[in-house]
Amino acid sequence: MKTLKELEEIRQRTLESVNLRKDRTGTRVVVGMATCGIAAGARPVLMAFVEEIRNRKLQHVTVTQTGCIGVCRLEPMVEVYLPGEEKVTYVKMTPEKVKRVVAEHLVNGQVVREFTIGAEEKVE
Amino acid sequence: MQDLSLHLLDLAQNSIAAGASLIRISIDEDGQRDRLKIIIEDNGRGMDEVAAKRATDPFYTTRTTRKVGLGLPLFIATMERCQGSVTIKSTVGKGTALRAQCSLAHIDRPPFGRLDDTISTLILCNPEIDFEYHHKTDSGEFKLDTREVRKTIGEIPIHHPEIISWIQSYIGEGLNEINGGVQ
Repeated sequence: MKTLKELEEIRQRTLESVNLRKDRTGTRVVVGMATCGIAAGARPVLMAFVEEIRNRKLQHVTVTQTGCIGVCRLEPMVEVYLPGEEKVTYVKMTPEKVKRVVAEHLVNGQVVREFTIGAEEKVE
Repeated sequence: MQDLSLHLLDLAQNSIAAGASLIRISIDEDGQRDRLKIIIEDNGRGMDEVAAKRATDPFYTTRTTRKVGLGLPLFIATMERCQGSVTIKSTVGKGTALRAQCSLAHIDRPPFGRLDDTISTLILCNPEIDFEYHHKTDSGEFKLDTREVRKTIGEIPIHHPEIISWIQSYIGEGLNEINGGVQ
């Protein structure tokens, strides 16, 4: 059984790696979490981002939520904000797609074009 | 919605949108009396009587991106088809309490789903909000209070991936122990 004591250990372990500055220069991953997003599978997508970011020990990346982005039929939708770059909107996301977005976009800075709203609209 | 944990995640968004700083979620699985009780309480801005009544109307929403608000109506439909009901009590400036109950063993009752994912997602995405989660079954109780977690982790932000991952497995193990949220 896990105890709060373990948390104390995690605290010690993470303390040095945590950037305590509250600047807004980091990368933001924003997942649409309104009824439409949740029903379409936003939660597993969000959890997949957290897991990938944790496994790769990516600093300066925060995962957060927003309400309805407005194109409910393309949910789950994810917006990625890299510092100094234009927002990229990914649509119809899945936990499998998350792995590629993290590796190619968050780590290597290459947008995964085929998952973006632009690519999706062309197909339709 | 596929399961109750997704409904909870969705309903909690209403509390978040209401500017709550504390959200309490409690689940009581009473197998003896065949009742499931779910309560979501917040200290958000609350609604007046008219708004509280309209909140259950699928064609009412405060959002501007579309014209329907299905979260609450979907949940009410789910509860009602399991011999249950939902009541909303709200006071302007004080907050809102949503109380739901239904038959626990009803064949149409959706499974609980990943309650651990729902609670940890809420904490991750809303680090400025405190959450209390209370789950009771015939074999025990589980409690999580983010204020206690914060006390222990000090300057580490609660939405740090390591902390969220700990919270997720803490809930998972805790629920396992009391056989809570069993599909």
